[in-house]
Amino acid sequence: MLARDRKSQGVGPRTVSSSVRPATDATRVPDDASLLKMLYYMKLTRALETRIERKLYRQGKIVGGVYVGRGQEAISVGAAMHMRRGGGEDHDDIVSPSHRDMAVFLMQGVPPEKILAQYMGRKTGLTRGRDGNMHMGDLRHRLIAFVSHLGDSIPVAAGCALTFRMHGTDQVSFCFFGEGATSRGDWHEGLNFAAVLQLPVVFICNNNQYAYSTHVSRQMKVERVSDRARGYGMPGESKDGNDVLVVYDAIGRAVERARHGEGPTLLEFLTFRMTGHSAHDDAGYVPKVLFAEWERKDPIRRCEDDLKGRRLLDAGAVQAMESRIEGELDEAVAWAEAQPYPSPEECLTGVYHEQA
Amino acid sequence: MRNPGLSRSQLLEIHRFICLNRMVEDRLSALYRQGQIHGGLYSSLGQEGISVGTAYALAPEDLLAAMIRNIGSLLVRGVAPLTLFLQFLARGDSPTGGKDGTLHFDDLEKSLIGPISVLGTLIPVMTGAALAARMRGEDRVALTYIGDGGTSTGDFHEGLNLAAVLNLPLILVVENNGYAYSTPTHRQFAVESLAERGPAYGIASETVDGTDVLAVYAATRRAVERGRQGGGPTLVECRAFRRRGHAEHDDMRYVPKALLQAWEKRDPLDRLEEFLLDEGHATKKELRAVREGIGPSLDEAVRTALERPYPPPEETLRDVYHETE
Amino acid sequence: MALTTYVEAIKQGIWEEMERDERVFILGEDVGVYGGAFKVTEGMLDRFGEMRVIDTPISESAIVGAAIGAALMGMRPIAEMQFIDFISCAFDQITNFAAKNRYRWGAGVPMVIRGPSGGGVHGGPYHSQNPEMYFVHTPGLKVVAPATAYDAKGLIKAAIRDEDPVIYLEHKYLYRRIKEEIPKEDYIVPIGQAAVRREGRDLTILTYGAMLYQALEAAETLAREQGIQTEVVDLRSLLPLDKDAILKAAKKTGKVLVVHEDTRTGGIAGEIAAIINEEVFEYLDGPVLRVTAPDTPVPYSPPLEDFFLPNKEKILKAARQLAAY
Repeated sequence: MLARDRKSQGVGPRTVSSSVRPATDATRVPDDASLLKMLYYMKLTRALETRIERKLYRQGKIVGGVYVGRGQEAISVGAAMHMRRGGGEDHDDIVSPSHRDMAVFLMQGVPPEKILAQYMGRKTGLTRGRDGNMHMGDLRHRLIAFVSHLGDSIPVAAGCALTFRMHGTDQVSFCFFGEGATSRGDWHEGLNFAAVLQLPVVFICNNNQYAYSTHVSRQMKVERVSDRARGYGMPGESKDGNDVLVVYDAIGRAVERARHGEGPTLLEFLTFRMTGHSAHDDAGYVPKVLFAEWERKDPIRRCEDDLKGRRLLDAGAVQAMESRIEGELDEAVAWAEAQPYPSPEECLTGVYHEQA
Repeated sequence: MRNPGLSRSQLLEIHRFICLNRMVEDRLSALYRQGQIHGGLYSSLGQEGISVGTAYALAPEDLLAAMIRNIGSLLVRGVAPLTLFLQFLARGDSPTGGKDGTLHFDDLEKSLIGPISVLGTLIPVMTGAALAARMRGEDRVALTYIGDGGTSTGDFHEGLNLAAVLNLPLILVVENNGYAYSTPTHRQFAVESLAERGPAYGIASETVDGTDVLAVYAATRRAVERGRQGGGPTLVECRAFRRRGHAEHDDMRYVPKALLQAWEKRDPLDRLEEFLLDEGHATKKELRAVREGIGPSLDEAVRTALERPYPPPEETLRDVYHETE
Repeated sequence: MALTTYVEAIKQGIWEEMERDERVFILGEDVGVYGGAFKVTEGMLDRFGEMRVIDTPISESAIVGAAIGAALMGMRPIAEMQFIDFISCAFDQITNFAAKNRYRWGAGVPMVIRGPSGGGVHGGPYHSQNPEMYFVHTPGLKVVAPATAYDAKGLIKAAIRDEDPVIYLEHKYLYRRIKEEIPKEDYIVPIGQAAVRREGRDLTILTYGAMLYQALEAAETLAREQGIQTEVVDLRSLLPLDKDAILKAAKKTGKVLVVHEDTRTGGIAGEIAAIINEEVFEYLDGPVLRVTAPDTPVPYSPPLEDFFLPNKEKILKAARQLAAY
């Protein structure tokens, strides 16, 4: 007997969700080149973050904190494979990464040296020294910068998707966050907003089980973040976040739904933060056994083994890939270190729009 | 309707509270039209069974936070109609000394916490109240309300999630009355029932007919028992309809007449009276006598309230902070 | 020519910008079917359709957040807060996302957040606030507060066309009380420019919003009764402040009184006094004085709210004190 008096024509609910469409069973398997690409970007991400966290940070060359996604690389990589780019404003997707989605930056075309310059507070970093670490964005790469206030990017990503709906394009808004962010009011408001307006957003949760020192059991009473999806009338799934093929498949289906006007999806990927909250944190509160357990599920090794099994790669090729990456990073670090800091007076510019 | 095990005198008491709720609001509506009420007036016509049924299921020491359409809850908790009139009329000896209006007031002696206009804010607050009670070893549950619109606020989410994680005895009564101001529920959320939000927090939830005061009472009792036994929070969705505008000024043109008429047939007072007559708990004459008994006392309370003075202007400056005697 | 009210002027401004630029759209609670709580968006749904006049759930943070996202995608969103008091719910999105975005990574967020502010209508603590200084303290935002119908229209257009986030405060007391002839042709009032509303040589009153009218009445009385010629300057923009206009007026009369409805501590008057002190101290013939609301919430009861609000009498008292130097 509830009010359902108006059939909405424009931006409004198209369907009511008691019948959330089940995900199709067809599993997407990427082609060989894509498989190799995914391995490469996972390795590049790991190597870049290892340099930053374990070398440059300890050498005192990084300004501020360091937050890495070690152990979670499959999520960003598997998702980024589906991001449409290179086709202009009315074609490309938009991405709101979390602070543990380095791979997304790399795959959206931000070169490692620019990221390093960002971490070093240099003028040529993405924020020109105004903000640090993963707080970087660049609309040319369709990347929206994260802020420290978790969950803030959820409504923002929904707003991007709203624009796509208004323009009638089939672009998609990718929105990443951790399980800790799901406790924020903005997370709720943003998901509900996207659900009511049936917006093309793929909500991607990397559930790495710890928000700083807070275990997921103190974060929520539900077993799975995806249990929340039903409360918004959107489909939700929980998948192995350490298997890049599983991620690739699940994201692919959600993206397809979004492109076809079927609204948002909430995907949770189970993973583990193989490090402290940030570089200063020894994660002493995490039982050692968990690290050992998740080490065995390392997404990169699993992908590598899988590719070897498919005979796409042998030990020599892996070594070649790794040394190529190390070489690239050597150059990138050298470049970044040679970059100037911004001039002090730049502190004052760019608060508001300035006439060119 | 079904009697969930209430005695005749309890049933009649519930009936009396619903009558009182409606008649107090009728008086307030008249005062509003006379220009005596300075702010907004928000009617609970058609929703009285929710306020009365939920509040009646609590023990006097249980914590309760009413929203703006829960005058009935306050009446059940023993707030005098005169107090309510003073508050709406902004008099000096109202619970807020004229500093705030509507149901925006607390009475901690009666374990009542007041709302503010910002929807959703009471949910974390009542979660904290329940937490404090548990820390002090008190067996008290906390109950508060939210409308269908208020469920879209961030505070709803944060508060309910925190209550769930801490396994606190919070009872969140979601009054789904079809509209948030002019916004129908299908523009507010994309689920059929707000009880679907329960599993999203890992808590119990159910939907009841909010025009059936006895069903509301029974559902609240279940939630209270669960809370007392350490079963954590419960979300109770009560479905009813806002049969007046958002506030007194609103002619609610946006509500289809047919919808309104359908809900008028499900009036909580009419339904309860029918039940009481059918089950032989009361006669028509007795029920009429209840209303006739309330009327004069309310008229008297209104008269008294109107005679009371406004607060002195300098009161404005007081009580921003703690003041020592 | 017909007279245009302040509220109609806002509506015209939005309407014309939506006609002019298809990137402009509005979102908020009850802005569509209902036309907004104060009818600012009435008729827009029929004209522009549901794609550009979007009723949202009660989620201020999502409303502002979504406006930010849309702005980043090249749109020109206008986010309505049903009452500006509720802007607190979106504080984080405004101050941390919208305001800092350009500075951090160069992506501007051209958007307008608007809503009814101010007291004088017995709205109580949650429907009467003046939240400007929360935002004036946030670099990256702009804050405007028109006092006339002409400015209401010119400033909303300027705000919509601005490349940065603008908080546009509509004084609800003025909505239907202020009317004037305004030009038919397109115009804007540039953000950051004050306006001299009355010329004078003896004393300067700097003010904005609804207080402009109290100041003008006081100036009239001062001239009539004592021959004191008061210059009245309407700030119109609070961030950025029109420093030149402030300093010019201070130098001209040597005596400055700042009047605002916002509370005293941390109000814009303190900032203005500091600027005058730093830059034109030697021109002053007396202290910079303030007439403001006291440091309390906005109370509900008429005598309390009357006490709270600055008015002509309070301005006269301070002006006479200042004139005596």
